[in-house]
Amino acid sequence: MAGLSRIRYGRAFVLLLTGAYFLVPLACAVAFSIGAGTPGRSIGFGAYTGVLGAGGFTDSLTLTLKLAAATIALVLALLVPALVTVRLAAPRLRTLVEIVCMLPLVVPAVALVAGISAVLRWGPDHFAGTPVFQALAALQDQNFPFVLVLAYTLMALPLAYRTLDAGIAAIDLRMLVEAARACRAPWPRTLLQVVLPNLRGALLNTAFLTLALVLGEYTVAAILGYQPFAVWILAISGSQAQMSVAVSVMGLLVTWVLLLVVATAGRAHHPKETS
Amino acid sequence: MSAIPTAAGGSSRPRSAGRSAGLGPARRLRPPRLTGWLGVVPLLAFTVVVFGLAFGTMVFGAFTTPETAPGGVHLTGANMSASVHGAYLTSLIGSVKLSAVSALIATVVGLPIAHVIVTSRFRALRRAVLAGSGVLANFGGVPLAFAFVATLGNAGVLTHRFHLLSHGWSLYGFWGLTLVYLYFLIPLMVLTLTPALEGLRRQWCEAARNNGANTFRYWAHVALPLLTPSLLGGYVLLFGSAFSAYATAAAMVGSSVPLVTMQIADALSGNVLVGQGNVALALGVDMVVVAGLVMAVQLPLQRRSARWLA
Repeated sequence: MAGLSRIRYGRAFVLLLTGAYFLVPLACAVAFSIGAGTPGRSIGFGAYTGVLGAGGFTDSLTLTLKLAAATIALVLALLVPALVTVRLAAPRLRTLVEIVCMLPLVVPAVALVAGISAVLRWGPDHFAGTPVFQALAALQDQNFPFVLVLAYTLMALPLAYRTLDAGIAAIDLRMLVEAARACRAPWPRTLLQVVLPNLRGALLNTAFLTLALVLGEYTVAAILGYQPFAVWILAISGSQAQMSVAVSVMGLLVTWVLLLVVATAGRAHHPKETS
Repeated sequence: MSAIPTAAGGSSRPRSAGRSAGLGPARRLRPPRLTGWLGVVPLLAFTVVVFGLAFGTMVFGAFTTPETAPGGVHLTGANMSASVHGAYLTSLIGSVKLSAVSALIATVVGLPIAHVIVTSRFRALRRAVLAGSGVLANFGGVPLAFAFVATLGNAGVLTHRFHLLSHGWSLYGFWGLTLVYLYFLIPLMVLTLTPALEGLRRQWCEAARNNGANTFRYWAHVALPLLTPSLLGGYVLLFGSAFSAYATAAAMVGSSVPLVTMQIADALSGNVLVGQGNVALALGVDMVVVAGLVMAVQLPLQRRSARWLA
């Protein structure tokens, strides 16, 4: 019994220490953002109420959300058909698809953006006046820089692949499809009404992890000179330190709650696992 | 950015439906062979074009002179050689050192935390921690840096409360950066270790105890050897993640700690001499080499741990 209680104290100790390390900075950040803890400042929620009116906030957030929506759509449009195909029709391609999806891991974001900016600089010199030039210009449109969507999609591929693949592995895809086909459902209907609904949890999960990635992404956007959410936070940090901290904390918490909701919802749909 | 097992990614059920192609029923139930291949085409085309173009241009630029140079574009090893000398070498070493140290600390600290979380009786705690880990490991970057600046920066709440500045504390140095990196590396380690720890069967522990082993011996002779591939794989993954991180350092320290990612960014945005653009590409190639080595070590280790702890 003595051993047991010692173990229990040990666990409590580890949890306490971990909790302190991870919660204290968040708590301090909240305190900082409302002006507590720093002398000479009155406590107030100005940093939070002022966010909506702050210059550039709506623009950068809209841009980020648009980018996120496009990235999620592109990631799912590329991955879902590929993964379903690999499971159903071409298991031999599995390794190839896995390698392709893991490739972006070998190229850190900074190196990727170095390559991208080299392409963007190199293109106009050689293709001036051709459709390629216009395409490159369209990619860099300030209102909706599609080049960021391409970069984010690449960066999201490894994570999205693992999430979706785990989701597909958890259901018996072959059996579902064969059942649907045996009931004379045509292929499109099988995919849309049988396969996709069963992957709802994995799809949601992938979408939200991609959202988290796009919301927090700074490297590529900053170096290419665009100003989505994360870049905006850094830009205002000089003049409005409290607000930048307030927005950061809110961003972290909102993403966390969203992911938690998705995790809980995704779990509720599965039958209880036996182990 | 990193290979992250997801918080709520899915069940731990083994994959069963993978390769039972020969056993299926009638042929007409399967997708026709040709259209079956078509599903993979968009993904492959996308990666070949986007990834191939960016990567190819980077490698090409790293080994050639810039177009503005007298004599035009020709092959040269000067960029690569410049990227491993002088200030660039310092930054490479700085990055490697920071990543190695922070990944080591995160691995050592992450194991007990992951163990406590995995064996916890409170499922809600588990779920919350795993989702939180997913956010911290992925979201990271700028918000994280600001939370720490507000806490321990020069005007931070704790710095002020405990007069840390007079004790010589600075968040904007090597150890400060390590402290911040741990904030996203430990969650990443927890996420990486969770599946492996879930694979440790309770029976193994009971068997060890029945043979007279105490907790220490169980860990030293049973659990740790089983977990070693996962731990090593996790360490390598963390190293890669810290090595390629840029946003946190950029938002926090400016250039007081030399890091290769900052050098690349500086060279790209023209903060240094003109014509250094191709050296930035060469540095990018250096990073790819390091990241490639990391992956080459990590993948076999992952396979190995998956064999035991499936």
